[in-house]
Amino acid sequence: MNIEVSELRKRFGQTQALDGMTFTVQPGQVTGFVGPNGAGKSTTMRVILGLDRPDTGTATVGGKAYHQLKNPFTRIGSMLDAAALQPGRSARNHLLWLAHSQGLPARRVDEVTDLVGLRQAIKKKAGGYSLGMRQRLGIAAAMLGDPPVIMLDEPFNGLDPEGIIWIRGFLRMLAGQDRAVLVSSHLMSELEDCADHLVVAGRGCAIADTSVAELIAAASGGWITLRTSARAEAMELLARAGAEVASTGPGVLTIKGLSAEQTVALLTRNGIGFSEVSAHRASLEAAYMELTRQFVEYQGAEYRAPAGETA
Amino acid sequence: MIAALRAEWTKFRTVRSWLFCLLLIPLLTVLLSYFTTANSDCGNGPYPGQPVTLACSQPIGPGGEAVEDQFYFVHQTLTGNGTLTARLTGLSSAALQPWAKAGIIVKQSMTPGSAYAAMLGTGARGVRFQYNYTGDTAGPSSAHWLRLVRSGDTITGYDSADGAHWVRIGSVVLPGLPGTVQAGLFAASPQPSSTGAVQAGHMPTVTGTFTDVTVTGGHAGSWAGTGVGAVGPLRSAGDSYQQAGGTFAVTGQGDIAPAVAPQAAITPIGQTLTGAFAGLIAAIVLGTLFMTSEYRRGLIQLTLAANPSRHRVLAAKALVTGAVTFVAALAGVAIALPLGKHILHKNGNFFGPISMATELRVAIGTAAVFALAAVLALAIGTIARNSATAVMTVIVVVVLPYLLAVASPVLPTTAADWLLRLTPSAGFSIQQTFQQYPQVASAYTPWNGYFPLAPWAGFTILCAWALGALALAAFLLNRRDA
Repeated sequence: MNIEVSELRKRFGQTQALDGMTFTVQPGQVTGFVGPNGAGKSTTMRVILGLDRPDTGTATVGGKAYHQLKNPFTRIGSMLDAAALQPGRSARNHLLWLAHSQGLPARRVDEVTDLVGLRQAIKKKAGGYSLGMRQRLGIAAAMLGDPPVIMLDEPFNGLDPEGIIWIRGFLRMLAGQDRAVLVSSHLMSELEDCADHLVVAGRGCAIADTSVAELIAAASGGWITLRTSARAEAMELLARAGAEVASTGPGVLTIKGLSAEQTVALLTRNGIGFSEVSAHRASLEAAYMELTRQFVEYQGAEYRAPAGETA
Repeated sequence: MIAALRAEWTKFRTVRSWLFCLLLIPLLTVLLSYFTTANSDCGNGPYPGQPVTLACSQPIGPGGEAVEDQFYFVHQTLTGNGTLTARLTGLSSAALQPWAKAGIIVKQSMTPGSAYAAMLGTGARGVRFQYNYTGDTAGPSSAHWLRLVRSGDTITGYDSADGAHWVRIGSVVLPGLPGTVQAGLFAASPQPSSTGAVQAGHMPTVTGTFTDVTVTGGHAGSWAGTGVGAVGPLRSAGDSYQQAGGTFAVTGQGDIAPAVAPQAAITPIGQTLTGAFAGLIAAIVLGTLFMTSEYRRGLIQLTLAANPSRHRVLAAKALVTGAVTFVAALAGVAIALPLGKHILHKNGNFFGPISMATELRVAIGTAAVFALAAVLALAIGTIARNSATAVMTVIVVVVLPYLLAVASPVLPTTAADWLLRLTPSAGFSIQQTFQQYPQVASAYTPWNGYFPLAPWAGFTILCAWALGALALAAFLLNRRDA
């Protein structure tokens, strides 16, 4: 089972919320759905669940439109808004009506309660739940139908570090069970060490649909630090090979545009000694920032000190 | 659909404040009905010199309905077949009522409520053949010779302009009519329809003048005057008859007609459920919240994700809302109605003969009005997506017209009647147990227990409102993004 989103377009008044959003979520991996606020992530998920109707385009789960799914929670479990709870209803009863809506036995409620570790608090009213507990409850609801596809909108929101680690592990486990997992976040750092595949959204479309490794490799942020006593010769040699070389300290060069292997081979071939070569990878976050900078809806202006003020 | 119903039922029963609201439906209905009935008497006294309030009561006619049977009767016995003829030369009164009556009558006995047939002239409604209180046939208004012919159980009325050429107006079979009956002249004047309750000593009288009175068949031969159905304090001393040669002047008051409120002291059974509007408000709040709380919390997304068929979601919600409200309201009505009947009866009120079927119709119908109002509220809640707006709207269209039109006479009758024809409040017609009669002038107003629509017709109006709102809600729910 997979999720296929194809050419979704939707306009809310003046705002083009979706503008050709297209991607596929494959089973067996965690697909991160990232992008700045307002990029269309939530709207895409709402279209997948049949809650919003796109102007054009289609979204299918396992090849079927959502409204064609019988007992849809057994096909795709989802959490859009963890705060969507009736405060006076106990967490257990919240799961119970969802189970009943899918023709599932009450036994499933107890199973998913244990799965997310809410057994102690399950009889309490949902209104008293912390945001972290609500996220767990939402994930429990998504797991009720034991679905092959899971879709979570911003599940890391409001979680403490321990909770973030728990969700990462949980998502990895789901992917390991060959389920298709789609997780949205506006912070790439939350998806680090968790997502296998990334769909980067910006202004209503997917601006990148790639594996994490490819994204990092494609980012222009990698550089090499070289420590050598023959600074001038090395600079000339590397510049001639097409690298961008800068002297960043006594006997230290920063090189962009060549890999560490290429640099070492070049220096060795030309008999230039060096004491250290280290490669610096662009962080996933940096790669993402570079990709989405132009798509951020609201950008802060650079701070300038008011006139007359001295630093 | 079963799963959707089960889910909505689980949703409903797991929120304590909703269950409390559900409990309020019977509670408010019973308590308010109790307080409004506790001190209500039937308006019968106390009269001067009669410190005690008299229990109200009306005779029961052959058709099983409560009737008025008060008149002055100049009578003699008639045995076997025979004919009674008289010429009505005039009706006179200090305040002649359109339905003031004088004429000839053949009556089973002197007991109020017994069977009869009569040919009579009226204050302003011409000559008529009337029988057994509800039967009424008009004759030519210029013919003032009146005749009744008894043949077995059949009595036939004729009239004539000249005493020679007779026109048959109508006939009636009075089953089980005894061999010997009372036959003679009568006069009765109902009280004006504008004055409300009966006031002692203020009933108008009418005097009918007769000549050419003849009786054939086995009759006693001598006349006697009797006030039929005389209830002490209500009768003034005006009832009498004078005979001078062949001319009779018969003066009487009262009426021979079906009993209608407020002239007759009969209490509508709906009086036992006057507190229902308070319980109804609870039902409306409940119906609204069952939908709007989902919008308020964003829960509607989860509901529609769980069941993408939005029509089914709405139908399931409507069924659950309707069912729980119906059961709660029925519980309230099942207590309030017998309790109210008991209290009102103890306070001297008279309901008239009410069949079990009618009482069940009032009780179950009222509970159904609650259920439909709650469903209407659910639909308006779906349309408005906001609790306050929806609750206010539904109270304004369902409860307010009822209060304005029924609970107290603050509106002109025409306005009150139109409210109860057009608004969902028309559903309250299901509580109606009174019937309007063209041959009785009365204040047929909602606050006297007369609705402009028949019980089921009014109920249908409410059904149409609920279904219409539900259809609009389904349309919008389907079209809008959740």
